[in-house]
Amino acid sequence: MTATTTSSATTASPASPATGRRGGDFPNVLRAELAKLASIQSTYWALLVAFAGNIGFAVLAAALLAPRLKPADLAHVDVVQLALAGLHLSQVAFGVLGAMAITGEYGSGMIRTTFAAVPLRRTVLAAKGLAFAGTALVTSTVSTVAAYLAFLAALPAHTLTGTALSDPGVTRAVLGGGLYLTVYGLLGFGLGILLRSSAAAIATLLGVLFVPPLLLDLLPGSWKTTVGPYIPMQSGSQIFVAAHREAASLAPWTGFGVFCLYAAVALLAGFVMINRRDA
Amino acid sequence: MIEAVGLVKRYRNVAAVDGLSFTVPAGSVTGFLGPNGSGKSTTMRMILGLDAPDAGAVTVNGRPYAGYRRPLYEVGALLDAKAVTPGRSAYQHLRWLALSNGIPRSRVEEVLRQVGLASAARKQVGRFSLGMAQRLGIAAALLGDPPVLMFDEPVNGLDPDGVAWIRSLLKSLAAQGRTVFLSSHLMSEMAVTADRLIIIGRGRLIAETGVADFLASGGDNYIRVRCTEADALAALLAERGATVGRDPDGALRVIGATADEIGEAARVRGLGLLELSPQQMSLEQRYMELTRDTTEYHATQPIPVPTPAAR
Repeated sequence: MTATTTSSATTASPASPATGRRGGDFPNVLRAELAKLASIQSTYWALLVAFAGNIGFAVLAAALLAPRLKPADLAHVDVVQLALAGLHLSQVAFGVLGAMAITGEYGSGMIRTTFAAVPLRRTVLAAKGLAFAGTALVTSTVSTVAAYLAFLAALPAHTLTGTALSDPGVTRAVLGGGLYLTVYGLLGFGLGILLRSSAAAIATLLGVLFVPPLLLDLLPGSWKTTVGPYIPMQSGSQIFVAAHREAASLAPWTGFGVFCLYAAVALLAGFVMINRRDA
Repeated sequence: MIEAVGLVKRYRNVAAVDGLSFTVPAGSVTGFLGPNGSGKSTTMRMILGLDAPDAGAVTVNGRPYAGYRRPLYEVGALLDAKAVTPGRSAYQHLRWLALSNGIPRSRVEEVLRQVGLASAARKQVGRFSLGMAQRLGIAAALLGDPPVLMFDEPVNGLDPDGVAWIRSLLKSLAAQGRTVFLSSHLMSEMAVTADRLIIIGRGRLIAETGVADFLASGGDNYIRVRCTEADALAALLAERGATVGRDPDGALRVIGATADEIGEAARVRGLGLLELSPQQMSLEQRYMELTRDTTEYHATQPIPVPTPAAR
């Protein structure tokens, strides 16, 4: 049943490289996905926006906002939340990057080239997700640490207390900012797998974050304390709050766990659907 | 070899492919012909496991495409030349493809040279002309040096240089013993390159045959003869058992005698021949006739043979 001849065999490949053991070829696919991520300009744009946002807002918050805080404000302002004010912008960059990692391929039709090269679609998704998550975790953590350091550098003396890494919750919150951005990006990736269109995935991703707080404002006040802590924006942000959290909110890791569940649901749904639909 | 059995693909209850079975034998150049919208691309996507058939199955060298861990070593395919991320360079595109299947980096440069893109390797794919994109797609198909190659409309939209280049490439690939399966909606393309034909219309098989057989099955191949004394020659040929008809311009249509026989008969009688030309219905004509109204043809073989009276 095999073709009788091949020719000009220049490939120094092992015998029957096409078949071999059942299952994926994960390291190779991961290398391919990393190469894809590194060879596309939007990756660098997104990271530039994320770094500029995180560091820029940190400097502005330290230099302009912190000195104006009144003693009454200081009681409920959180140092790290202030230092990571840029997360409001950089989360969009990481979310879009995560979504585009897959929707970009659907948009251009490249997804068919990808799945023709690697027919095990879940292997592709796992490699893509891992390549993105690894890149996002390193860059987002570096950017939040840089934002924190920039914040400290720009902060006028004697304006805030509890800013040191050794102060309660500060180290966890600064590093947690990176975790939050990575998981938000993975939520974008999951939505991208499900929705396939960049516009739809990004709109949904932003809607998941910004719509629930608006809804809660319309609903009876009790909802704010019962449901409120579990909505993505509230649960996810607890990980980058150092000490001064609102009364009705989850503990940092509990909140982050809930936030991870949102991403996990989207990813799981994506992994289930990927083999059920035509590429 | 590619083997499809009873493939069905429906989109919203419309069957794009409707019970299609065929075989692409190893080492052949098989043309996959059909009018636009007849299901060729859908079939090719099913071969690559991109679309799942609603019924039936298709295998490549005995197993479903999705069963290959590194399929680029087995099948090289070009379905849509523009289905690449525009922001990557040709080199970067081939590089990730090679990585995904564990193909050595050296092959990337080799195939770029082979398709004549070495000098454009660093250029962004989005800035490529269609011809260059086709070349890149072919480079991608050749990357794993596979024994089976599949191209969807490879000459579509190419300039004459590009067409000539693809033709000679297909011939050389076939000469190396590879199985080549290529689709086209143009029969003239197949006449040049293919030795076997799979013709479909509205998702169904119309004919699966060799090119020569396909032509020979045309029922109205005749010899056109113009002669100084047409009536005398017509009588003479009829006497010898040939069927002689008339064209509107007075030329004879002879069926049942070879050109040699007609020429010799005329010479012996001293009749002057002005024209003696065998008329074979072209592949294109045969194809047009077969696919004109595809719903007429429900069966596979034999090919419906048009009668001369029908023309």
